[in-house]
Amino acid sequence: MHELPEGLLAIVKRDCPTCALVTPVLARLAAERAATVAYEDDEPGLELSFRVGTEIVPTLVRLSSGREVGRVFGWNREEWRAFTGIADLGAELPANRPGCGSRTLEPGMPAKLAVRYGTAAFKSKTIEVPQGMDEAEWCFEQGWTDGLPIVAPTEERVYAMLQGTRRRSDALLGAIPPNFAECTVEKAAINAVMAGCKPEYLPVVLTAIEAALLPAFGLHGILATTNAVGPVIMVNGPIARAIGMNAKGNALGQGNRANASIGRALQLVVRNVGGGRPGEIDRAVFGNPGKYTFCFAEDESDPRWESFAVERGFSRNASTVTLFPGDGVNPVIDHVSRRPEDLVKTYAGCLRALYNPGQVNDVSAFLVVAGEHANVFYEAGWSKARLRVALLERLWVSMDEVVEGRSGKLQMNAEELGQPRAPKFRTGSLNIVRAGGAAGKYSAIISGLGSKGINPVIKEIQP
Amino acid sequence: MIRLLDPTAETAPQMRARRERPPRLEGTIALLDINKPRGDEFLDRLEELLAERGLRVERFRKPRFSQIAPTELKQQIAARCAVVVEALAD
Repeated sequence: MHELPEGLLAIVKRDCPTCALVTPVLARLAAERAATVAYEDDEPGLELSFRVGTEIVPTLVRLSSGREVGRVFGWNREEWRAFTGIADLGAELPANRPGCGSRTLEPGMPAKLAVRYGTAAFKSKTIEVPQGMDEAEWCFEQGWTDGLPIVAPTEERVYAMLQGTRRRSDALLGAIPPNFAECTVEKAAINAVMAGCKPEYLPVVLTAIEAALLPAFGLHGILATTNAVGPVIMVNGPIARAIGMNAKGNALGQGNRANASIGRALQLVVRNVGGGRPGEIDRAVFGNPGKYTFCFAEDESDPRWESFAVERGFSRNASTVTLFPGDGVNPVIDHVSRRPEDLVKTYAGCLRALYNPGQVNDVSAFLVVAGEHANVFYEAGWSKARLRVALLERLWVSMDEVVEGRSGKLQMNAEELGQPRAPKFRTGSLNIVRAGGAAGKYSAIISGLGSKGINPVIKEIQP
Repeated sequence: MIRLLDPTAETAPQMRARRERPPRLEGTIALLDINKPRGDEFLDRLEELLAERGLRVERFRKPRFSQIAPTELKQQIAARCAVVVEALAD
C-alpha cells in the first residue's frame, strides 16, 4: 500500500487532452508547491487515484496527514488559482476545459481496485483454484453447484454484487437449515454471484432468504420432506419491473435472467450455507425442476384485480417477496369457456384432483390466471375475492372419498369425521395471482404443501 | 491463479461415534411420536409389548413432524429415559 503524499497531489492520465493541456501548470506546482504528479496509467498513480476517489482527471487534491482538505478538477483557471494561491497560474491556458473520466471508474475497475488495494474486506475464506484447473469444473468438484455450471465467485464479482445493497456485508440474515448455519449478506452475495445474479437483484435475494427463514414458512420441513416441493418465489411491486423480471409470456419458464438467477441463488444458499443436499437431508422422492430455480413476478399491469401483495395488506408501491412451497406447474387449458361460471367449473375440477382427489390435508395451490382467462372475469365484473368464494364453494370432498381406501386414521377430530364432506384445502390455502402471456386461454396451478407448519409468507424488500 | 470466496458456512460436521447398543432394555423407555398420522398406532403396540416385559414407558410428542424437535423436549427425554424409540409413519 502506498502512503498518500502531504500537500498537493495531481491525478492525471496520459490520453486526457486536458491533462496534457495543464502539463506546464503541473510542472510549476511541482517546482513551487512541491506537488506530487501521479499518472493513473502507472503504479503508484493508479493506487493514489483510487485512494483519493478520483472521478475526473485532472484532479488536484490537497492532503494533510493523509486526509483530504480540498480539491479542484477539470481545468478552471480561476478555481485553480484560488486553490493554489498562485495568482498568475496558467496565464497561457484557456480559462476553462472540462476533464476526462478517471480510469478508476472504467467498467469493472472499482471492484478490481477495491480487491487489489485491500479496501474490500471479506470475512469468507479465500480459496485458490489449482493452477491449470478449469474453475467451473473445480467448483463442481467442491460440491458447490446444483448440477449446472456456476459463475466463479471471485472477490471482484462478490464486491460488485455487494454494491447492490445498502446492508453491511457482515449483517446476519439468519440460520439456514438443515445445519442451521448463520448466513451473512456476504455469503448470500457469494451464492448470488454463483447463481448468475446482477447486483441489482441482491435485495430480492436477501429478502427471499429472510422470508424462507420465517417460522411460518417451515424451510426445514420443505427441505427434508419426501414430497416434491421446493421454495417458489413471487415478486411484487416496483422492483420487479426495475430489475426486468418477467411477469408476462413464459413467466414460469426459462429465458429471463432475473427470474432464473434469483430463484437459483436461494437454492444455492440452502445447499452451500445450510448444507441441504439431495440424498442427504433432502429426502425428496422426485423433487421437481423448480428446485433448480422457480421465481417469477406477479403481473400487476391491470388494476382490476388487487395483487397478492395488496391483498396481504401491502401498498401497491411496496416491493415484496412471497415465498411458498410449490412442486410444479399444472396447466389449466380451457379455450371454450366464456362465462366466469364455466371457468370456475374448469378450475375447480383441476384443483380438486391435486395430490389425489380424496386428499384434503397438506395441500395448497396458487392459481395463476393468464390474460385471456382474466378478461372473462374482468368483463363480467368478477373480483378476485368473488372467484375465490365461487371456487371454494365447489371445492368440497365427500367424506366417503376422503376416507375411502384409507385404512388408517386421518388427522381430523371426531366432529369433522362425522361431517358429510371436508374442504379440499382443509389445512392449506387457495391463492389467486396474475401472470402469463396475453394470448391463449390458459391458467396454471402451482400446487404445494399447506399445513399447520408450512405456509406462504410475504416480506417487504429493503434496499 | 484464480482466487474464489468460499460459498459455504465454513463449518465441518462434527463426527461422533454412535452410542453402543444397550445390552438389555432397562430403565424408562421413551417413545417419541413425531406427529405423523398413525405413528401413535405403532407406538401404542410397542408400549403394549414393552409393558408385557415389565418395562416402564414414557410417551413424548413432537409439536410438528416437519419441524425439528425443540431442545427442551430432547433434554426432557435425555434426563428421564435410558432409550428412545422414534416413530415415523403415514
